[in-house]
Amino acid sequence: MSRLRQVFEEGVLAPLVALLVALVAGDLLILAYGQAPGAVWSLLIEGTWGNAYGFGQVLYKATTLTCTGLAVAIGLRAGLFNIGGEGQLAAGGFGAAIMGLWLPSTTPALLAVPLCVGAACVAGGSVGLVPGVLKARFGAHEVIVTIMLNFIVLAFLNWIVSAHLAVPETLHTEGVRAGVLPRLSAMIPAFHGSAANWTLAVVLLAVGATWWFLFRTRSGYELRAVGQQPDAAEYGGIHVGQAWWRAMLMAGALAGLGGVNFVLGYKGYYEDGFAGGAGFLGIAVALVGRNHPVGVLLAALFFATLSQGGLAINALVPKQMVEVLQGIVILAVAMAVPEVRRLVRQAAGRATGRAR
Amino acid sequence: MRKLLFVLGGLLVAHLALLLVHPAGAVRLPDGDALEVGVVFDLGGRGDKSFNDGAYAGAMRASQELGARVRFVEPGEGSDREAGLRLLAAEGMDLVIGVGFIFTDDLTSLAREYPDVAFAGVDYALTVDAAGNVVAPPGNLAALKFREEQGSFLVGALAALVGGSKKVGFVGGMDSPLIHKFEMGYKAGVRHVCPDCTVIAQYAGVTPEAFGNPGRGKELALSQYQQGVNVIYHASGSTGLGVFEAARTLGRFGIGVDADQYNEAPGRVLTSMVKRVDESVFNAIQRVQAGTFTGGVYQFGLAENGVGYVYDENNRALIPDSVHARIEALRAEIIAGRITVPSTR
Repeated sequence: MSRLRQVFEEGVLAPLVALLVALVAGDLLILAYGQAPGAVWSLLIEGTWGNAYGFGQVLYKATTLTCTGLAVAIGLRAGLFNIGGEGQLAAGGFGAAIMGLWLPSTTPALLAVPLCVGAACVAGGSVGLVPGVLKARFGAHEVIVTIMLNFIVLAFLNWIVSAHLAVPETLHTEGVRAGVLPRLSAMIPAFHGSAANWTLAVVLLAVGATWWFLFRTRSGYELRAVGQQPDAAEYGGIHVGQAWWRAMLMAGALAGLGGVNFVLGYKGYYEDGFAGGAGFLGIAVALVGRNHPVGVLLAALFFATLSQGGLAINALVPKQMVEVLQGIVILAVAMAVPEVRRLVRQAAGRATGRAR
Repeated sequence: MRKLLFVLGGLLVAHLALLLVHPAGAVRLPDGDALEVGVVFDLGGRGDKSFNDGAYAGAMRASQELGARVRFVEPGEGSDREAGLRLLAAEGMDLVIGVGFIFTDDLTSLAREYPDVAFAGVDYALTVDAAGNVVAPPGNLAALKFREEQGSFLVGALAALVGGSKKVGFVGGMDSPLIHKFEMGYKAGVRHVCPDCTVIAQYAGVTPEAFGNPGRGKELALSQYQQGVNVIYHASGSTGLGVFEAARTLGRFGIGVDADQYNEAPGRVLTSMVKRVDESVFNAIQRVQAGTFTGGVYQFGLAENGVGYVYDENNRALIPDSVHARIEALRAEIIAGRITVPSTR
């Protein structure tokens, strides 16, 4: 009974309170801006889940966010804080574009799509592997390395695209010749105009595969064991360094897969800056999704709704308000996560202990 | 757990109560038959003191003078550009404007999809087909382009006449065809009034970051000033803030770009080559209202008051009357077509 109660309290009640805190904060923000909360919220719902196009946009945005969220979640499961999602995502998109540009246009889709998707994963994975190996071999802190690698990767891509590959007067490459993934609207006409595409199916498979790997395989178990307590895992015979670089390789590949969504699924070319912060938002997605693949998927849908809804309500409130709201959601949900609450309690305990 | 339930209940009540509040000044979504205009900003968004703010000013002027209802969308990421345009087009706006060359593709495809909506793209990039011919934008899409080279010509002449040195400087942002327009116009202006003057032209880099590197701008400017340059014209976004910084340090002059940048270094900004994005946006809205809007390429040069240079009470003391008269004469000659300003290398 008490176990059930605890699950109810932590799993249902706490997130509900977090959501309501965010809603009330949102109400107050909207009122502070002189608008009616009811009107704004209903416009937000109407512009996202209320029509097929808006819903398609939510799916599109959630696809990328799921990938970057998984990339952070898998790192955290191994006890690593992967802040390199942005660079990994951009590298993945670039890899897909290069493969798509290189393949002749006659390549059958059955061959071209896996090759392009594979290229995205390889490109993202290699960017992820660097901090993984540096951590395993030299103990270099992954937070520092992933952050710095973001700058290096983004600057490099920026240079190579604008100096060599861009169509004049633009910041994007030519359209890929092979490997384009069809939009969902090709099959479901109601989605017309939305960017949602078949990358979604690939990403759903990736969510399932990540879950299977983490909770049903031996390496997944080892990875989680390393994340919980590396010394104990080592004592138990697990090769900690190997688990680390494997986790980062997978994280990078998953983030890289997100690049497929824009490059092969939406625009058909690589555009400088397409990642647009989705890599960093992945941290929030993983946190709110509590590092569980399914949780990440749901959190990605939630943040995608906020992002698309932000456009819809832009007529009434400025974009910055939606960003503030996003921040409040992250804070509120973070406080509802038992692990975070425990950490805060410990920190508070230490602080008062020292004060005495 | 009881406590948590109380909190939950309290929040729920608060939320429901707040939902019912309806402030007096709340905006209701437009209805009726006023002219409706939607503007989607570039990712930089409002507050850039240049491009986006120019579009905003033009739209607000249209709202005051023409009674247009204006809605703005600020995208958060790449796919939001199309989404923003589509949102506005689907609502049946009369005119949808994308601010920045980056909207080119999205505007082209949406203009085809919504033939009844008028579209306009500030700095729309014209594409060239395989045979080398310029591809015309769709019939309901106006490409608002600027003759930056004409305005640059005038500030070039001004720099040579006021500088008192045989060397004048230019600092560009990203080494790209767009910025070459500024450079070529500027050089032509310098040479027109001072055939034996040399222009030291340098670029901050080859990537878009070159538009946001004040440190590099200062470095380039200091070295140019030390070579005997007295006036530097920058076309380099916020990199130019470094140019002004150098001008302030050494007591020389800089020339601003896009908007009036006098306030970046009061007393040290000789003038600014202004690009009247506001004018082009207002103009497009006005055409839609008058029913004379058609697609195609609109060039905003000196004649259309689309580019120009700043001459007001702030910098009047820096520019002798005779020089001002000379520049005005040059302006008239360009407008009359007696001087053709080059725009490419």
